[in-house]
Amino acid sequence: MTILEDRPSNPAAGDHDRPIGHGRMQRKEDPRFVRGKGRYVDDIVLPGMLHGAILRAPVAHARLVSIDTTEALAHPKVLAVITGTDLQALGLAWAPTLSMDVQAVLVTDKVRFQGQEVAFVVAEDRYAARDALELIQVEYDVLPPVVDARKAMDPGAPVIRDDLEGRTDNHIFDWEAGDKAETDAVFASADVVVKQEIVYPRVHPAPMETCGAVADFDPIDGRLTLYETTQAPHAHRTLFAMVSGIPEHKIRVVSPDIGGGFGNKVGIYPGYILAVVGSIVTGKPVKWVEDRSENLMSTSFARDYIMQGEIAATKDGKILALRTNVLADHGAFNATAQPTKYPAGFFHIFTGSYDLAAAHCTVTGVYTNKAPGGVAYACSFRVTEAVYLVERMVDILARKLDMDPAELRLKNFIKKEQFPYANKTGWEYDSGDYEPTMRLSMKIAGYDELRREQKEKRERGELMGIGISFFTETVGAGPRKDMDILGLGMADGAELRIHPTGKAVVRISVQSQGQGHETTFAQIVAEEIGIPPEDIDVVHGDTDQTPFGLGTYGSRSTPVSGAAVALVARKVREKARFIAAAMLETRPEDLEWAKGRWFVKGDPRVGKTMAEIAMGAHGTVALPEGIDGNLDAEVTYDPPNLTFPFGAYICVVDIDPGTGHVTVRRFIAVDDCGTRINPMIIEGQIHGGLTDGVGMALMEIIEFDDEGNCLGGSFMDYLIPTAMEVPDWETGFTVTPSPHHPIGAKGVGESATVGSPPAVVNAVVDALAPFGVVHMDMPCTPARVWEAMQGRTRPPV
Amino acid sequence: MHRAKYESGGAQLLLVLWSTLTATVAGSKLRHDSVAQRRAVPWKLLSEEKPVQIPAPFDYVRASSVDNALALLDRHGAESRVVAGGHSLLPMMKLRLARPDWLIDINDLYELDYLLVDGPVLRIGAMTRHTTLLQSGDVRRLFPIICDAERVIADPIVRNRGTIGGSLCQADPAEDLSTVCHVLEAVAVVRGPAGERMLSMAEFHRGPYETAVAQNELLIEVRVPIRAGSSSAYEKVERRVGDWAVAAAGASVTLGADGTISEVAVGLTAVGLERNVTEVEAVLVGQTPDETLFVEAGRLAALACDPLADQRGPIDYKRHLADELTRRVLRVACSRAAASVSDITI
Repeated sequence: MTILEDRPSNPAAGDHDRPIGHGRMQRKEDPRFVRGKGRYVDDIVLPGMLHGAILRAPVAHARLVSIDTTEALAHPKVLAVITGTDLQALGLAWAPTLSMDVQAVLVTDKVRFQGQEVAFVVAEDRYAARDALELIQVEYDVLPPVVDARKAMDPGAPVIRDDLEGRTDNHIFDWEAGDKAETDAVFASADVVVKQEIVYPRVHPAPMETCGAVADFDPIDGRLTLYETTQAPHAHRTLFAMVSGIPEHKIRVVSPDIGGGFGNKVGIYPGYILAVVGSIVTGKPVKWVEDRSENLMSTSFARDYIMQGEIAATKDGKILALRTNVLADHGAFNATAQPTKYPAGFFHIFTGSYDLAAAHCTVTGVYTNKAPGGVAYACSFRVTEAVYLVERMVDILARKLDMDPAELRLKNFIKKEQFPYANKTGWEYDSGDYEPTMRLSMKIAGYDELRREQKEKRERGELMGIGISFFTETVGAGPRKDMDILGLGMADGAELRIHPTGKAVVRISVQSQGQGHETTFAQIVAEEIGIPPEDIDVVHGDTDQTPFGLGTYGSRSTPVSGAAVALVARKVREKARFIAAAMLETRPEDLEWAKGRWFVKGDPRVGKTMAEIAMGAHGTVALPEGIDGNLDAEVTYDPPNLTFPFGAYICVVDIDPGTGHVTVRRFIAVDDCGTRINPMIIEGQIHGGLTDGVGMALMEIIEFDDEGNCLGGSFMDYLIPTAMEVPDWETGFTVTPSPHHPIGAKGVGESATVGSPPAVVNAVVDALAPFGVVHMDMPCTPARVWEAMQGRTRPPV
Repeated sequence: MHRAKYESGGAQLLLVLWSTLTATVAGSKLRHDSVAQRRAVPWKLLSEEKPVQIPAPFDYVRASSVDNALALLDRHGAESRVVAGGHSLLPMMKLRLARPDWLIDINDLYELDYLLVDGPVLRIGAMTRHTTLLQSGDVRRLFPIICDAERVIADPIVRNRGTIGGSLCQADPAEDLSTVCHVLEAVAVVRGPAGERMLSMAEFHRGPYETAVAQNELLIEVRVPIRAGSSSAYEKVERRVGDWAVAAAGASVTLGADGTISEVAVGLTAVGLERNVTEVEAVLVGQTPDETLFVEAGRLAALACDPLADQRGPIDYKRHLADELTRRVLRVACSRAAASVSDITI
């Protein structure tokens, strides 16, 4: 481990003021990443390892007529070609999804989306595997596809899931939250009601590292070691046991360094299963790593919600109620990853940051001939869609009422004294104090000055827009009584050992994909027991070495595992008190704790540091009854509630009136994620999320043509923002601790991705106000903005 | 219904799976010795450590001189391709959309990497990198259109590698330097077994992805005539830095001593016009530049182009851009030309 003192101090990162616990410090994992020495799945090379490649369907909907693998098998470097028929004979052609549906591992009957897995080749090298794919002859009987979710439920629409018994349509589920009658009553008597269709188009998390696996099945002892790009190694181990029949204690899942996940690496993809089958068949390790196009075309997309929003208010701007009907495009298999009870994730937090009299939402999920997925891209289980809906609707209402959007928000916020706040759809917001956060954001932005500048520019025909978004998230799933994935409760374990010399190892179940867990979790322990973070190693990503837990997604690492780690450290601290008392020959209750040390009350000179106590625990001191001779502990943390981080974002855009090109000139982000463990890491998370948000608002979309061809299958077509498209981020913060989290922290990893798209779109729509534009859907590309200026706004799908 | 499929197997499934698959899967062959017998091809072994992308099989040779490159092209025939910067060809190969049998790498041909002001002509070697053009003071002074265009060609990494010759020979309809060379009335010098040919851009550029360079020929130089009292400009609209142009326009203007336009050329990128907008010449030549003229020129440019609707925008938007950008580049080119004329008079 590189010791921080060895590095020159970096005043910009603030590590000259290196903390013992919480505070700004450089990330412990960065020395290996900045040297290019991260170890990813594709870096793993095992002796005798073979390579797999997947043949994918070229069309969106087709009956499989025949597959001829003769030529591929004749390739001198090919060892196996596996088809759906082979898997079917073993009952492995279908695998359960995380949403109680099934997904084809390899096509047996019918292709259901372009890019679907058809056959798997195992060869001596990756080139040969790819070459052999071209030697497989497949005959398809092409069927009409269902591309437009709006038409999925039309009578006569092709039935995509004829594999499901008795299925006669493309309907997946209907789900609702809130009180419909109450909401309708409020709407009926409201002064003002505005309606808007709002589309959150299909986007893709596009992590820099694509998905992949190295499966190593040992035929002698029947053990499977699976190196995998997964955000949830323990959940994957359990699921692999359920799917493959390999007993769970014979499976080890290792998730090494992960190059970005954003929810893309939560699900179990056919490729992982095929690598395992390939290894069992050949008796050798098999590596499968998808390429960029495979990642974009076949792995979990995000969003794809068509939302009919309605907001009701009094004429003086008191927001009364919200309601929405959502059509959700889930693709060919219902494979979204979210707590079982919530097929639309946490979308029902669409009431946002406002004190409403009533709210009601319905969500209908449908199958289409597109890649499966839906919950991904840092969405906090669909809070992204919810925040986008409410923040756009509030802006549309502000326009209708001719009120300043900041003023309208300030007027309707849930008040500080109303927390904990029960909203109308079943959430209990843990804590909040929205107005100071909003005011700080406006102060940093110079809001009034910006409005003056905008007024002057409008008079000159220049297009400048100011967009506000105030979001409240619900993250840290979750209480196990309410939340599980395939029956696995969403609680997390943590183990802490203090070695005799006072160095510590903390083992956690969550898996970093760039969030800085090795630093943050060390800091949480450091804060509790007073050992410096660099003396605390964080072990994660290996099911043989870590306690069970559900993984990293939905901003749950700090709310759940962070709490577990704080509690396990406190448990060790309490145990240390007894050992210190024995060492000092005094009573535990006579000792007092100051950071890093138990000492005798009233006599601070007499005490023991954590390192001394650790040596004592493993030494020869007689320990009190019931105290084991170690300084270790473990806990499993079941969160009592989720945490509710919030933030106020302001975006300033300029639009070229001649070309429709949008420039994001400024972006102000004030976040409140409760206690801030490492502000530098938080800022990094915010910067990344804001970049995502600008990308979604301005350019990102996975489109399909009428035949169901994916039009976003490479980075030439699926645009993600670069440094050229984003401004210098201006960030600020307020601190409203969570009352139920042991250290008051809330999740923050997804806040900016959730909160920023509406700010950008609100700014674009604000800039286009002189053209009478009330709403435009993402992405705000130059062409779409220009069309809006011509009075031709249109949904992207 | 489906879940039963997994539950039925239980622990026995493992054995079934292993034995059945091993024995019967698609007649799979288990040849455990073959890994050791693999030929020791260095780049393939390297690929095991750092596999990147996967093109179809091809052979590769580095040319040592222009003559050597021509000989290699001749020897390997129709399925050989020249690679310079590689930023168009390699992505196509990685997706297996392009699958040449032979790649002839001309990156060692430093003899083609030069910028020379040679009397009334700027001579640009075909292997001149974008970044060299962007950073050249001569280019900036003589042909600001090249700098305008280079600044919006992809990103610095691509510009460090990509070449003017590669860009022109790729002849992508959204390629900026083709428009620039049309507007500047550049001449392409092409060498083949029979010697050198000098081609106007109209002769050189035959259409989308098609040039007059024969399979056994190489573009070696681009010659741009230098005109007194002349200047130029380029502007592009793109969805994101590095994306293909939605549309772009370039203009070159020469002003006479009296301040009237003596020569003008306007070209468009990515809107289905493979030639200059010659229609504007009659309107502009002999006139003193003013906004009314630019508006008329823009209107003519919009009429002359023939764009297609795609993810970058509908047809009317692209026509609008042809108009808008034509006006803009004429405005800038005229004002730059006026400044250069006044520089000379001073």
